[in-house]
Amino acid sequence: MIRIEHLTKYYGERLAVDDLSFSVEQGEIVGFLGPNGAGKSTTMRIITGFLMPTRGDAWVGEHNMATESLEGRRHIGYLPEVVPLYTEMTTRAYLEYVARLRGVERRAVRDRVDDVVEQCALEEYYNVQTSKLSKGFRQRVGLAQSIIHDPEVLILDEPTIGIDPIQVAQTRQLIKQLGENRTILLSSHILPEVSMVCERVIIIHQGRIVAEDSIDRLSSMVSGAERLRLRVDGPAAEVSAALEAVAGVAGVSFREPDHLVEFAAGAQPHGEITAAIVAHGWTLTGMETMTMSLEDIFLQLTTEDDHADEANGAATEDDDPDAGGAVGADE
Amino acid sequence: MKNVATIVRKELGTYLGSPMAYIVTAVFLALTGTFFTTFLAGIGYADTSIRGFLNAARFLVLLFAAVLTMRLVSEEKKVGTWELLLTVPVRDVEIVAGKFLGALAMLSAMLVLTLYYPIMLLAFGDPDIGPLATSYLGLFLLGGACAAVGVFASSITANQIVSAVVAGGILFGLWFLGVLGGLAPGALGEVLSLFSLSTYFTDFARGIVDTRGVVYYVTVALLFLYLSVRSIEVGRWR
Repeated sequence: MIRIEHLTKYYGERLAVDDLSFSVEQGEIVGFLGPNGAGKSTTMRIITGFLMPTRGDAWVGEHNMATESLEGRRHIGYLPEVVPLYTEMTTRAYLEYVARLRGVERRAVRDRVDDVVEQCALEEYYNVQTSKLSKGFRQRVGLAQSIIHDPEVLILDEPTIGIDPIQVAQTRQLIKQLGENRTILLSSHILPEVSMVCERVIIIHQGRIVAEDSIDRLSSMVSGAERLRLRVDGPAAEVSAALEAVAGVAGVSFREPDHLVEFAAGAQPHGEITAAIVAHGWTLTGMETMTMSLEDIFLQLTTEDDHADEANGAATEDDDPDAGGAVGADE
Repeated sequence: MKNVATIVRKELGTYLGSPMAYIVTAVFLALTGTFFTTFLAGIGYADTSIRGFLNAARFLVLLFAAVLTMRLVSEEKKVGTWELLLTVPVRDVEIVAGKFLGALAMLSAMLVLTLYYPIMLLAFGDPDIGPLATSYLGLFLLGGACAAVGVFASSITANQIVSAVVAGGILFGLWFLGVLGGLAPGALGEVLSLFSLSTYFTDFARGIVDTRGVVYYVTVALLFLYLSVRSIEVGRWR
């Protein structure tokens, strides 16, 4: 449904998208992941016809977005990163305007607006000026306008950015609903979101694809052996030494206040570890098995070269308590 | 055509929904009214002429066209709605036409309100209808050319002030080509005058409809509307 072939985009001298190729099949919900500045928005802007590529092609259905942009645009619903609201209009006036621009039949406009308002739970805000809406509701009005013409393809650029956790949950639910009969490409740098909503993930970094697969497969691809997070009531250095001495342990690192233990492939030395701790007279106050989260995959893939800044940026976004420690273990 | 009508309606709604259009119109009426009256008072009400109004209006149209058009594209670029407008199935030329016609309608409405002056002259005197009609035709054509320049200026920047200054610069530049033409010697002077916004207006004010004038103003309008479309296109490749 969406096909990108060797897409390259320069902004003047700056390379934003570098020979990108991927496709999204009909009915798929695909997450488009990457740190800020990776080229996500640029790619989406080319798919929607807002920008022209420097080289390469973007296809939506049968339409090349460079040469048949107008025809292609009819099949796309688009929510840009900055919700495009005319703040002087009410929700209703705004949606009616977009419906007309989107080519909805004049007689059908009212019905379509009613439909999307109901779908996005905006009834209460029907006659409210969009400038007076909270961030979450603006985002919802943005989603509502993107589906006003019932498009086959939805392009959503950071649909949950900057809204509170309750609204984030509602918005994700809504996106899932919308994806039941549509093809969706959704960008994000908030990783749990992608794993909740999407079936497949494309991770890009510096304008290139670094990984593209289902979330499960990505996880098994990147994760090596299992790891354990331990909290031990004892002198850190000695504990580390003692743990490293246990057979089956491949490595130990200390991240205040936890020790992170990596197992050798296939080893399960849980018993030996507890025994070693008890033998030294220390107390084990916490133990947790860590699985590779999407954060880990993401960080591993995007920090292979020295981009610590972006990695830190991404790490602060997560709401998974494992992530910070896991990153430490990997480095 | 349907898309153009949709955009025109939206632009008019935005104008009428904000205080700016009312303030601009009020100032326009106050200024032109003052010049209209003081001119008549100056000649001791010996003539039924709108020359005072015209002397002010031909300049004010440049200024007010620049102000009325400055937000048309710039604001959308700044707020982000531009990205919506350029990704709906509407041609760039339809966007430009809609914005231009919206601004022209607003400008025309302002001119219609000034009809109060000639109507007053008709009520109290016996003015010549011909020059009145051609003067308004001239103002309308001039306004159209100015609005097109304004749309172009707005299409090249996300900053409304920059847009107004660029439009004002182009418009007053084109206007004063006429003055320059009067000073420059011989053929050069004539050529400069040929391209000036001011040259043809004099005839309209005298009651003459000069085809060259009509062609000139329409050409300027079309040229700058074409440049606006190109500027949008260039924006996609930027």
